[in-house]
Formats: sequence, C-alpha cells, structure tokens
Amino acid sequence: MAAFKRNGCVPPITFNHSIKSQRTTNDTNSKLINGNVNQPSNGYTKIAQQSNGVTKMSRGKSNEAPWIDWSKEETYSGSFEKSSLLTAALTHAGLYILMFLGFINQLFFKPKVATERNREGYAPLYNPFEQFFSRYLYRRVRHCFNLPVTSTPAAEVTLKERATDDYNWTFRFTGEEKTYINLGSYNYLGFAEPRGECADAAEEAAKRYGLALASSRAELGTCNLHRELEKTTADFLGVEDAIVFGMGFATNSMGVPGLIGEGSLVISDENNHASLILGLRLARVTVRVFKHNDMKHLETLVRRAIVEGKWKRIVVVVEGVYSMEGSLVPLRALVALKKRYGLYLYLDEAHSVGAMGPRGRGVTDYSGVDPRDIDILMGTFTKSFGAAGGYIAGSRRLIDSVRARGHGHTYAHSMSPPVAAQVVAAMRAIASPAGAARVAVLRDNTRYFREKLRSLGVITFGHIDSPVVPMLVYTFSKMAATVERLQERRVATVGVGFPATPLNKARIRFCLSAAHNRAQLDECLAAIEAVADEIGLRYSRKA
Amino acid sequence: MIIMDMYETASWWTLAIAVQIVIGSIFLWRKKIKKPEVILTQEKLFQWKPLPLIDCDISVDEPPMMGKIDENVLNVGATSFLCLDKEQSIMDSAINSLHKYGVGSCGPRGFYGTIDVHLDLEERLAKFLQVEETCVYSYGFSTIASAIPAYAKKGDIIFADEKVWFAIQQGFEAARSTVKYFKHNNMDDLERLLQEAADKKQLNPKRRAFLVAEGIYFNTGEMCPLRRLVELARRFKLRIILDESLTIGVLGKHGRGLTEYLNVPRDEIDLIIGSLEHSFATIGGFCAGTHFIVEHQRLSGLGYCFSASLPPMLTQAAISSLDIMEKQPSIMSELVDNSRKLNRALKNLKHYTFRGLDVSPIKHIYLKDNLPDTLKTGYLRNITNYCLNRGIAFTVSAYLRDVEVSCPEPSIRLASSRKLNEKNIALICSLLDEAYEKVGPKAGEKLMN
Repeated sequence: MAAFKRNGCVPPITFNHSIKSQRTTNDTNSKLINGNVNQPSNGYTKIAQQSNGVTKMSRGKSNEAPWIDWSKEETYSGSFEKSSLLTAALTHAGLYILMFLGFINQLFFKPKVATERNREGYAPLYNPFEQFFSRYLYRRVRHCFNLPVTSTPAAEVTLKERATDDYNWTFRFTGEEKTYINLGSYNYLGFAEPRGECADAAEEAAKRYGLALASSRAELGTCNLHRELEKTTADFLGVEDAIVFGMGFATNSMGVPGLIGEGSLVISDENNHASLILGLRLARVTVRVFKHNDMKHLETLVRRAIVEGKWKRIVVVVEGVYSMEGSLVPLRALVALKKRYGLYLYLDEAHSVGAMGPRGRGVTDYSGVDPRDIDILMGTFTKSFGAAGGYIAGSRRLIDSVRARGHGHTYAHSMSPPVAAQVVAAMRAIASPAGAARVAVLRDNTRYFREKLRSLGVITFGHIDSPVVPMLVYTFSKMAATVERLQERRVATVGVGFPATPLNKARIRFCLSAAHNRAQLDECLAAIEAVADEIGLRYSRKA
Repeated sequence: MIIMDMYETASWWTLAIAVQIVIGSIFLWRKKIKKPEVILTQEKLFQWKPLPLIDCDISVDEPPMMGKIDENVLNVGATSFLCLDKEQSIMDSAINSLHKYGVGSCGPRGFYGTIDVHLDLEERLAKFLQVEETCVYSYGFSTIASAIPAYAKKGDIIFADEKVWFAIQQGFEAARSTVKYFKHNNMDDLERLLQEAADKKQLNPKRRAFLVAEGIYFNTGEMCPLRRLVELARRFKLRIILDESLTIGVLGKHGRGLTEYLNVPRDEIDLIIGSLEHSFATIGGFCAGTHFIVEHQRLSGLGYCFSASLPPMLTQAAISSLDIMEKQPSIMSELVDNSRKLNRALKNLKHYTFRGLDVSPIKHIYLKDNLPDTLKTGYLRNITNYCLNRGIAFTVSAYLRDVEVSCPEPSIRLASSRKLNEKNIALICSLLDEAYEKVGPKAGEKLMN
C-alpha cells in the first residue's frame, strides 16, 4: 500500500507535480503530467485527508490522487509494428474470399466428414460457425498442425511424413521420416534430452517410486520427491514456498480458484492464456480486461475500480512472456503501480521461467524485481525444464491457501515421479555454471536471430530478449505457404492463426533454444529469407 | 385551411420538443462536466485499503509421505486396481521411451507435441473400446473438465447426478450451462425433472441437452443404472456423457467398461470418458466416441488444445498396460472377485457402515455414530493414522466442503485391487475395528468420562 493512503496524507513531492503554478511555469513538467490531472479541480471542497499541514492553496487545487508518471517508468514491452492499410485491407479481403469460397463449397459439395447417426431431432451439437470454420478454413491449413514427431523435440526433430489425397480431409502416412531444424518446440534451455543428467534422474525416480502414485496429493499421492521439488522450486524463485501440479494448464485452472476469493476484482491482460481465463471463470470473480501491456489503461481501470468502492481487493493478472506476441511484461512499471495503489500481482511465467534473466529465474530476474514483490508466481515445467506440470509459488500463507482451497491438491492425482525428478535435475543444472552457459546461449541466439530477422525486413513482434519470435504473415494462406516452404527447406516451425490470434493476424512463430548452434540458425535464416522473397513477407517499413 | 392549421400545430409542438431536448441535453452535459462525485471518489482513492489476499490463516493437514505404492505398507487407498504399477514390462518400455523421446514433449498437440506414441495410444484405445476414435488428454482431472465445456455452452441444459465427482462439477462451472441435479441414482427423480423441463419447453430441439453420469461413482461406489439412463435420454433426446474412469479396465469380460458389462451398445453413449490414472497406472485421460463427436475436441477441448501433451514415457506406459489387459483379460475378473470378497468381509464390520456395489473397486466406509461431519473427518483421520502405523494405508476421501455441490459424508475410501488376498482382507477389517476401539469416537467418550 502506498504511503499516502495509509497515513491519510500525501507525500509533498508527488503532490507538487499537480500544483498549477508549477505546471504553468515549467513546460517539461506539464508535459509529464497526464492530461486528466487537473480536470476536476474544485477548490471549495474540504477533504479530510489533506488537512495535514499542506497550504490551503495547494490542497484546493490538487485534491486528486496523483497519476503515475509513466514517462519515467520503463514500460517498453516490445515492438509492435503496424501493417500498412493496404495489407490490412488485403488480409480482410482475402479472408472474405476464403469464406465466400467455403460457403459456395458447402452449398454444392457434400463435406467428406463423418455425420451424426441415430440422433435425428436432437439439437445440433456444434455452433454452425465453428463447424464452417473447421471445415472450410482450418481444413485448408490442417497439414501444418499436429505433425507427428518420432524423436526428442531437441535442436533437430524427426517428423513422420504425411500426405493427403483429398485436400486435407484425411491424411495417410507415406512411411518416410525426415529430420528438420526444430524452431517449433518450447525447449528453451535444451533440456529435452533423451540422455544425460536429467534423463538419468528421471529413470532413477521411475524405478524408485514408479510411474504414478495413483492418488491425489492430499490423500496418498505425496512422496519425498514432490516435497523436494517444491522446496527446490521455491529456492530457485527466491520465495518461501511452492506447490506443484501434474499439468501446466491445470495449474492455472485448478489453482486460481484457491487464490482469488469472492469480492475480488481481477484485471487481466487481453492476451492472457486460455488456462488463466478458465481459472478466473472457475474462481467466479469479476474480470475486467486491459489492453495488452498498456500500463496507462491499467491504471485507469484500477482507479475506476477503487472508486467504485465495492471491491475487497484488486488482482492484476499478467504473463511474463506472451506466447503469441513475444512481448515481455513491463514488470518494474507494474510493480510501481502495484505499490502505489495496493494491488496484488499474479504473474504467469509459463514461457519465461528458465528462459529469461541472467540466472534464468524468469522475468523477475530479468527486470531486477524482488520476487517477493510479486504476490503469486506461477509457471510451468513444460517449457524450459523439458518436463510437464506447473507450480504456484509465493508466501507460505498463500501456498497453504492453494493447498487448502485450490482444486489440484485435493482432487487431481499427483505428479508423476520421473517428471518431478527431471524438473529437480534441470533446476539444479540451471544453477550450475553449465546451466548458466545455456541461459547465456539462449539469450545470444535470441538476439542474433531477432536482429537478423529484422534486417530481412519482415515484421516481428515482441521484445528483443524474448525467445518466442512471432513473424507476421497476416493471411491464413500465407501462413500455410510459409510453413510448407520452410519445411521444404528443412525448417520446422509453427504457424498460428485464429482462434489463437485475431482473424487477420496470422503469424509464424519461432521458438529458439539454447540447443541451437549458429550454423543451424543461419540455415534457418537463409530459408526464411528465401521464403520471404518468394511469397512476399517483407512487410516492414522501418528498414 | 385544416392542413395549414395542422402544419402550424405540428411545427409548434416540434419546436417545443426541440427546445426541451436542447435544454435537457445542456442540463445533462453540465451535470456531467460538474461531476460532483469526482471529489468524493478521489476521497475513496485515498481511503482505499485492500484486504489481504489471503484473509485468514489456513492450516493444511500434512499428508502421509508415501514411497512406491505398497512399499512397506499395504496401500488400499491408491486406485491402481490392476496393480500394473508393479509390472516390470511396463517400466522397461517406459524407460526405453524415456531414452528415445526425453521426458517432456515440449509442446501442445497442435505444435510439435504430437509424438507417434500418442497416435498409437489413441488407435489402440479406440480398438480396445471398439469405438471410432479416441483423444488423449494429459491429465485425468482435466479430461472431463474440458470435455464438457467443449460441447455444452451457455444456454444449454445439463442433467446430472448430484454425486458426480468434482472434475465433472468443474466442467459444468466452465460450461456455464443450466445444470439440474437429480437425486443419486434415482431414475424417478430424473424422469420427473425431465418431464418438468419438457412441459416448460426447456427441452426443445434448439437447445442442446446433456445427461452426465459416472459408470461407477467415485464418491459413493455405486453403479449408474445405464440402461434406464439410455432409455430416458432417447425419450427426451438428451446426449449422454458417461465418465467411465472407474469402470474401463475393471468391468466387462474384456475390461471395456460398463457398456460391455451391461451390454449396452456403445454408440448409445455419445461420449465416453476414461482415465489412465486408475487401472492403467500412469497419468492422463481420454475421450472415446464417434469420429463426429471426438474430432471436435481437437479444436475445442481447452485442456487438449492449450496444454502440453502427455509425456511420451507415460503414454508408452499406457500402451504397455493396454497390451497386458488385452493379453490377459483374466486380471479384470480377478479384480472383480476381490471386490466381491471385500464386500462380504466389510459386511462384518462392527462399528462402520459401508457403501459400494459388490463389483465396484471403490468402497466407502462410514462411521455409524451420529456426529457432525467435521468431527467425523477428524476421527476418520485418527483411524487412518493408527492403521498406517500398523501397516495398512487407508485414506479419508478428501473433499472441498464448501465448493462441492452436495458434499458426500466423510468416509474412508477403500480401493480394491488384484493384489488382495483373504489374509489381507481379514486384516483390513480387523484393523479397522481395532482402530475404532482405540482412537474412534467411543474411545474419545471413554476418555472424557
């Protein structure tokens, strides 16, 4: 809680900004001040808070709680270059043409999909648009997804080749397997290894504890390894305690209901992951949404919410690195905001823990924020640690509450012991010099790759240090074409479109890894350059 | 003339209304500008003091620290019914898989997280259950909790048994549909509810309607009357979602679950949901049904789409479990025999009542005494702790009392398994009675007196 609220008096320094005389004389100052500041200054009302020795003049003129001066805070979350109007128009037009063709198709040809039997007179099971979308838009790009992997998802990955004879309605395996450079898996630190320290630890744990304990944590599903993992996680993050779950997605959907009680308002980033949205829904709290990483908008919402006066607490829910945007949360600014207004922070570090910061401890490490300033730290073990599951970390009191009220501890079966052992081993490895080297390699790879892409003239989103690099291609058809052509050039990547992104902002997503070497990255970059030339992806107007 | 008059009157009134509107809007505008509440609201900004995030201290019971299932103690709380956790062949194949794929799959199914073993498992499960298609989730809890909202949306109507387990309740919560609970296994109550809904036109061909039940209820150990459910569902045009977590790999000649056991055609059930965490002794869950229904989840099942896929080694373990089930279906009948024996033995308990069908692998043991639920839980905890020290691990079924729709009575949940023999069963019963006498409610009373 900021000091000025607790004492009922306002620290003079912050207040000086809004004294009118100063503003008029000092140009730079007036620029800094948010335009809304002096709007409702009514000089005639007395306010109890301000009878604290401040002169009557200044009290009258500035009876508003000061806004945060964002120009002094680090709010940069990544670059988001806008497309030209022409591109936007063409993208929309392309989409409409695609839909129109789909409509015509639906009208004249019977779709080659299974239809429901013996259910006449029942309400249709799906919403017609969903069905239309999956049949006539998603089907056209279906060959870019669900590619079957037959190896470790390491720096290189082997895929089973598929072919289709009927425009993606069905697939068959050709029997061939091909190896690609893997820019698709979330293997940031390269711990997805079939051999080595971590795999050995996992093997040992499997032999020692079995593959599963067939019971929930609250019943008979707790073994030493779980306790060890929780302790290691808490130490790794620099907080008091942690609780682990067997599935990353479920960490959010089962943990949040134990944390955010009734009477709380949640302000959530518009690009938050589906699991967070589900968790908030299950917690039955009121949710408001702020523009992606827009601190000013967040502040407006916070003030409005406080003024409504009916909320017991306000929780801001953000992610560390956004998986579709590649952007980074401006954590320092957020912590300043939190301290000013007395908010609580929920930080989902699914993509950032391990991958960000000089010691790989996540965005808190990267932005130099004390992890204890973040009330709830959440993250997954699926990505950087090459395992599965997730954690919630924070103060002991908080974690006890998640244990007692969250759904995971009571009902979900406990984490598989070999998976837990892999995480513990990976966490210990990160703390070692060899692990620190992995973190450094990832950072160098990320910067190198991002810089090279920028010089190619394609539009990439996000922060320079974020290992998720989205490259904008806008249309569905270009997304599929790019993925196909990159595969021809031995690069495996992911194309993302609706519903994970807005309809007109399809993108290719590259995930970098410490396991990649420069030669592999150069090969990828050469392939991207060739493809960008071939199908025209150089949208950027900055270069 | 008349027209002129009318015109004049009309224009006069028009003018008057226009003036009123102008005055009115100026008034409103000024009111908006003035915003007298702004001052007050600023006061609120200064005064606001949020409550702490966690408003009270909560103590959590330390769960007992376990090793491998059945290490040092006889574990009758873990739901590994077929004891496949002990099979060396499964462990070997899982470790081979570990050294081929690593531990994690590092991606959701859509993005390089589909490992060939996932496809194998889905195909094998479909063949095993004799359905068109299955899809594998990476966690048992999330399977049904994601499957329900993939179909049921706001505005739809769901009929469900009041004792469905918690994951199903969470599925309803996520779906935001209207949920009507009928009394546990009471088909008359269901029929009444359905008739009522049909009379009120709540059931109509435009509104999706679902019937959700469990094959064997985790919370009671009772079996659902599936034939009757199917009959009602067909009459009122409901789709059935059946959670067979505790019946697949348990009931039926080949272990195909309740549909096989009761000889109900599998396509009468719209969606069958199973778990890999009980009989299969690994992690994960799956949905089975026709291609038309299951395929939809690959885009709409949140827990399927947005979560990393099941670690390959655990997937491989499920395939190997399936191998064993297919090769020796006799293990299922061994299990059912043991469950029956257990039932016979539990009838002789002196201080407890129990619930659970004879073929059900889950039995609930309740205290006979009439006590408040919290006290009962406390006593049951003492009893399980007493037994744990003497070599048998029981578990008190854990519930979140204030979140459950209709919280079941406190009980000890007993899981039958293939490993049990006459001696074990006798020991279970005698130890339970002994524990009651030592630390149960009666012992407490004696102390007080």
